[in-house]
Amino acid sequence: MQTETHAGADLNLDTLLSLYRGMLSIRKIEEALVRLYQLGHIPGACHTYIGQEAIATGVCAHLRQDDVVFSTHRGHGHAVAKGVPPEEVIGELLGRMTGCSRGRGGSMHLFSPEVGLMGTTGIVGPNLLQSTGAALSFQLLRLDRVSVCFFGDGAVNNGAFHEAINMAAIWDLPVLFVCENNMYATEVPFAYATRNTDVVARAASYGVASQDVDGNDVVAVFNASAQAVDHVRGGRGPYLVECRTYRTRPHAEGMRDVGYRTQDEVSQWKQRDPIAALRTALYNDAMATEEQLSAIEERVTATVDAARETAESSPFPDPSTATSHIFSE
Amino acid sequence: MREITYTEAAREGLDEEMARDSSVFVVGEGIGKRGGNFNTTLGLFDKYGPQRLRDTPIAERGFIGMCTGAAMTGTRPVVDFMFFDFILDATGEMINQIAKMQYMSSGRLKMPIVLRGCVGVGGSSATHHSGNYYSFYSHVPGWRVVLPTTPRDAKGLLKSAIRSDDPVLFLEHKLLLNTRGEVPDPDVDELIPFGKASVRREGTDVTAVAFGMMVNRTLEAAETLAQDGIRVEVIDPRSVAPLDMETILESLAKTGRMVIVDEDYGPAGMGAEIAALVADRAFDELDAPVRRVNGVHTPIPYSPPLEAAVVPNRDTIIGAIRDLVAE
Ligand SMILES: Cc1ncc(C[n+]2csc(CCOP(=O)(O)OP(=O)(O)O)c2C)c(N)n1
Repeated sequence: MQTETHAGADLNLDTLLSLYRGMLSIRKIEEALVRLYQLGHIPGACHTYIGQEAIATGVCAHLRQDDVVFSTHRGHGHAVAKGVPPEEVIGELLGRMTGCSRGRGGSMHLFSPEVGLMGTTGIVGPNLLQSTGAALSFQLLRLDRVSVCFFGDGAVNNGAFHEAINMAAIWDLPVLFVCENNMYATEVPFAYATRNTDVVARAASYGVASQDVDGNDVVAVFNASAQAVDHVRGGRGPYLVECRTYRTRPHAEGMRDVGYRTQDEVSQWKQRDPIAALRTALYNDAMATEEQLSAIEERVTATVDAARETAESSPFPDPSTATSHIFSE
Repeated sequence: MREITYTEAAREGLDEEMARDSSVFVVGEGIGKRGGNFNTTLGLFDKYGPQRLRDTPIAERGFIGMCTGAAMTGTRPVVDFMFFDFILDATGEMINQIAKMQYMSSGRLKMPIVLRGCVGVGGSSATHHSGNYYSFYSHVPGWRVVLPTTPRDAKGLLKSAIRSDDPVLFLEHKLLLNTRGEVPDPDVDELIPFGKASVRREGTDVTAVAFGMMVNRTLEAAETLAQDGIRVEVIDPRSVAPLDMETILESLAKTGRMVIVDEDYGPAGMGAEIAALVADRAFDELDAPVRRVNGVHTPIPYSPPLEAAVVPNRDTIIGAIRDLVAE
C-alpha cells in the first residue's frame, strides 16, 4: 500500500520531466494503436506495453544512440524509448511503406538499426542470445558500447536465458539484461512456470551482478539502470535488472482477459500506474504545476496525433518489392 | 452428417483418443485450463485434469526432448505448439532424436509422439508465425507428415496419428481452423490412414495436386474453369509423407496434364518431388510438362499487399491451368 509518492530527490526537474514525457509518449502511441486495432486498421498482432512504460523509459534514458537494444514481442515501448519516431512505429503496425521495417515486419518485427533498435521478435528467446552476441562484438572491437536485452518472465524459463547469461558471465560481456516481470506469460502465471520466481537470485547463481526494482516507479528504474549501465560500460561484465511490473491490457489486442487473473488484481495495478504516479509525485513535491504537466501532455498528444495522421496517409508497400532484401546483393 | 469446424473435429478426435487410452497426454503453452490458443483442447482440462493436459513453460526444446523420453517409455505425448514455427527451436530433437530413435534401437523402441500446430500464410501473421516447411520435414526419414484440409480429415488423421507408433507431424493451416464441414457422428470411430489421397473433384483434362489451404483455392479455380469447359481433377494428398503416388498417377493416366499447387516454397519442394516421380514412373502419360504453382521463395511479409503477393491465389492457379491446357 503506497501512501504518498515522492519524486527522486536526487534527480533534477529536467530529467524528471523528460521521463514523464517519455512514458507519456509511449502510452499515447499505444492508446492510438489500440484504437486503430479496434477499427480493424492493424492487420496483424498487437501486444501493448501499457503499464510497463517506466521500464523502457528509465533504462533507455542512459543509452547512447550507438548502444543497442534487443526487444521482445511487446516491443513498441522499447522502440520509442530508443528513438524510433512514432510515425514509423504506427506506420509499421499499419503495414505502410514508411514503417520502420517498410511494412515487412509489423509489431513483432520492428527494426531500426540506425537508432540501435536491433529488432523486436516473434519468437521468445533469441533476443537474449543476440544481445549477448552484440556484447561479444563490442568486446572484440574494444568499443564501450552497451547491449541491452529486454525480456519477459516467460523467457526466463527458456534455455536461451540460461545459455545467454552463462556465456555473458564467463566472458564478462557488456550486456544488460532487463527482465520485465509482469507475472504472466500470456495466461500462465510465473509462479506456475517456476519454483523460483526470484530472477535476481538466478542471476546470482550464474555469478552475474543484479538488483530488483519496482518497475512501475520510473525513478527507481532510472537509478538502478544508471548503476547497471555504468557497470556494463565500465567493462565489469554483464548485469541484470529485474523490474516487477504488470501489463494492464490483455496479452494481445483482441484477446480475452479473463479466467487467469482477477479484476481486483488488475485494478490494484492500475492504481499503481507509473505515469500517474510520477505526475502525483511531481505535484506533491511542488516540483511542477498542474498546468506545466498538462501542457506536456497536450504537446505529446499533438505529436502522436500528427504521427498517426502521417502514418495513416502513407502508402502501402509495392507488392513487386516482396522479395527484396533476402540477400545483401 | 453434422457440420462442425476443423478445430472442433480435431478436438473431438483428441478427446476420443484420450478417453480410449489413458497413456495419451497433451503438453503445450496454454493448453490446460485456457483450452489452447486456438481452442485445440477447450473443455478437455475439466475432463482429464492437469496431469494429462499439462501447461508448460516457454521451453520448446525442453518439452519436446522430454516427450521424446516419454514416448520411449510407455506414454503417447501430443505436443501442441499453437504456431508450428515454435518447433524450430527443437530441430535437433526432431531430426537427430525423434526421427531416428526406432532405427537406432533396431526397432526395439517405438516413437508414438504427435507434434501438432498451425502452419501457413494468412492474417498478416508475419515472418515468425507463417511457416509451412513441410517439404523440409518430409525430407527427413522417420517422420509421418500430415496436412489435413477438411474437418473430417482433421479428425480421422489425428486419431490415426495418436494411435500410430511412429512420430507424426500434424499440421493445421491457420486459415482452415474455422472452416466447417461434414464429420461422422461421435460414435463412428473413423480412422483415416496416412498415404491415402482424397480426390476432391473429378475431372478429365488436368490433374491438380494441391496441399493444405491450396486445396480450397484450387477447388475454387476448378469451379471457374468448369464454366469454360476445362475439367480439373483436384487431388488432396492429405499426407505429405508418405505420399500417395498411386492415386496421383491414376489421375494423370486419365488427364495427361499435371499441376502441383503448393503454398510452401518451390525449390526442393513437394512439386519437384512429384514431378520427378512422374518423370520416372509415368513419362509416357504426359501430354505437357508438369507445372508448379508455389508460394514465392521469400520470408513471409506482414503488410497485406505484400503478403497477398507471395501466396498463390485463385487467379494465379487459373492462369497456370489455362497455360497448361494450351500447351
Ligand atoms: C518460442 C516461442 N514460444 C511461444 C511463443 C508464443 N508466445 C508469444 S508471447 C508469449 C508469452 C511471453 O511471456 P513473457 O516472456 O513473460 O512476456 P510478456 O508477454 O508477459 O510481455 C508466448 C508464449 C513464442 N512467440 N515463441
